[in-house]
Amino acid sequence: MDLSTILILSQDAFTSGAIYALLSLALILVFGVTRVVFIPQGEFVSYGALTLASLQLGVVPGTVWLLLILACLAAIMETVRLLLSGAVRKLPRSLAVILGPPLMIAVLVKVCAPMHLALGWQILLTMLLVMPMGPLIYRVAFRPLADASALVLLIAAVAVHFVLVGLGLLFFGAEGVRTPPFSDAQLTLAGLNISGQSLWVYASSFVFIGLLAWFFSKTLYGKALRAVAFNRNGARLVGISPDQAGTLSFALASIIGCLSGVLIGPITTIYYDSGFLIGLKGFVGAIFGGMASYPLAAAGAMMVGFSESFSSFWLSGYKDVVVFTMIIPVLLWRSLSTIHYEEEE
Amino acid sequence: MMAERLLSVRDLHVSYGKVEALYGTSLNVDRGTIVSVIGPNGAGKSTLLNALMGVLPSRGTVEFCGNDMGGVSIESRVAKGLCLVPETRELFAQMTVEDNLELGAFTRYRRGDKNIRKTLEMVYSLFTRLEQRRTQFAGSLSGGERQMLALGRALMSQPTLLMLDEPSLGLAPLIVKEILHTISDLRSTGVSILLIEQNARAALQISDYGYVLENGEIALEGLSSQLANNPRVIESYLGIGGGEGS
Repeated sequence: MDLSTILILSQDAFTSGAIYALLSLALILVFGVTRVVFIPQGEFVSYGALTLASLQLGVVPGTVWLLLILACLAAIMETVRLLLSGAVRKLPRSLAVILGPPLMIAVLVKVCAPMHLALGWQILLTMLLVMPMGPLIYRVAFRPLADASALVLLIAAVAVHFVLVGLGLLFFGAEGVRTPPFSDAQLTLAGLNISGQSLWVYASSFVFIGLLAWFFSKTLYGKALRAVAFNRNGARLVGISPDQAGTLSFALASIIGCLSGVLIGPITTIYYDSGFLIGLKGFVGAIFGGMASYPLAAAGAMMVGFSESFSSFWLSGYKDVVVFTMIIPVLLWRSLSTIHYEEEE
Repeated sequence: MMAERLLSVRDLHVSYGKVEALYGTSLNVDRGTIVSVIGPNGAGKSTLLNALMGVLPSRGTVEFCGNDMGGVSIESRVAKGLCLVPETRELFAQMTVEDNLELGAFTRYRRGDKNIRKTLEMVYSLFTRLEQRRTQFAGSLSGGERQMLALGRALMSQPTLLMLDEPSLGLAPLIVKEILHTISDLRSTGVSILLIEQNARAALQISDYGYVLENGEIALEGLSSQLANNPRVIESYLGIGGGEGS
C-alpha cells in the first residue's frame, strides 16, 4: 500500500464518515428525546436519493403517495383520539395541520415533477417531500406508544423499518439509481483527485453539524429538546410537551436522512433497501457516543468510515463484517468505562 | 384575606393501583395567600401536589382560576399558570444554571413574551448565588443552591400558583431559613403558594391558612395562627416546648 492509495482510501473514508456522522447525530437525537432506537433512519436516505432520481427523470416520485398515505393515517388517528377525548372542536385545526402541508407539497411536486427544474430546486422538492414523513411516522407509530418501554419502542421501530422498505420496493421498484453529482469539478491536491461531490459532502455535513450545534446550544427550542432528553419529567414541569419535542426530533431526523441520501446519491448506487445498512453504520457511530454524546458519536462515525474504507481495500468481501464487529469492542469499552446510573423507567 | 378563589379542589381521589392514597380531599387556595399542608410521612402530601399538577391521574374536581382542570395535560397547566417544584427538584443536571432558568420560561417564550430577561434579573437578584454560578452545570450545585435553582426556574414561568413540595428537605437549617424567608417574600410579588412541609412549625409561621393531612384525608384545617396553637397539632407536629423545628 503506497501513499496515494492511503490518500484515496482516506478520501472515501471522510466522505462516508461524514454521512455516518450526520446519521448518528439524528439517531442520538431521536433516542434521547423519544427513547426510540430509530432503525428506519436509513430509509430516509434511500427515499431521499430515490425521490431525487425520480424527479430527475421527470416522474412523480412514489414518495408522494407514501406521504399522503401517512398523512391520512395520522389524520384518522388524530380524529379518533379527539373524538374519544371529547375535544371535537379542536378537530378542524388538527386536521388542517396534519393534512394541509402534505397535500400542498404533493400538489407542488405533481406540478413541478415534469418541468425538469434545475438540480437545486429538485433537491429542495425532495427535502420537502421527505421531511414531513418523520413527524408523521412519529404520530402514527410512536406517539401512541409514548409510555411504553424502550423495548416495545424498538420493536415498533423494526416494524416501521420493514413497512418502509416494503413500500420503497413498491413505489420505486428494485432498480438502483445514481443521481448526477452537484458539480463536475475535480480538485487536484498533492497528486490526489478530489471529486466535487466529495467536497459537497464535506461542506454540507460540516455546515449542518455546525447548525445543529448552534441549534442545541443557543436556541431555546434546541435547549428544550436536550432538556427532554436529560429529564423528561423536569421538561414537562416547565411546560415542554414531549409530543412536540418528539415531532421536532423526528423532523430533524428525516431532514438529516434525506440530506444524506441526496449527498451520497451521486457517489454510490442506491436501491430501495440500501438505506438500512447505511443507517446501521450511523448507529455504530451512535453507540460510540453511548447514544448520548454528539461529539463522540461523530468521532465514532468517522472511525466507521475509515475502517470500512480500509477494510474494503484489504478484505473487500468482509468490509461490513469488520464494521459491525467493531461494535463488540466498543460496547465492551463503553460498559467498562461508563458510570452506570440506575434505570429510571 | 382576599376573597378571590384561585384553586378549589373537591373530593379528590388518587390511587396507586388498588391502594388509595387520597380519598376525598378538598381544599382551597385564595389569590395572594400562602397555604400550607402539613402531615406525617406517607399521608399523601406529595401525591396531592402531583395530582393537582396532572402528573398523577385523579378523580374529583380541580378548578384553577375558575377552569376545570380535568384531562388537562401538565404542559397546559404550566401555560395556565400552575407550577410545581417537586421534592426531587427535577433539574436539568447536565445543563447550566442559566439554561435551566431560561427553560423555566419556555411557555412564555412560546407565547412571545418579551420580558423574560427582566424576570431572569429578578430571579438573580432574589438568589445572588445563582448569578455567580450561572455558567455552572446544575448538577454541580450544592443542595441549597439546587433548591434555589428549582425555585428560580419555577418563578421564571411567572406562575399564578406555585406549589412547593418540601422546599426545606435535606437542607442545612440556615439555608432552610433563607429559603422560607424568600418564599414568604414572594407573596408580595403576587404569587400564591401551596406549600407542603414536614417542618410544620416553619410552614405554619409563613402561611396564612393550613391543612393537616393524615392518612389521605384532611384531618384539620384553619388559619395557620390557630393551627399553631391547636393542642393536637402541637402534640403531633410541633412537639411540646418546641424550639426550632428541623
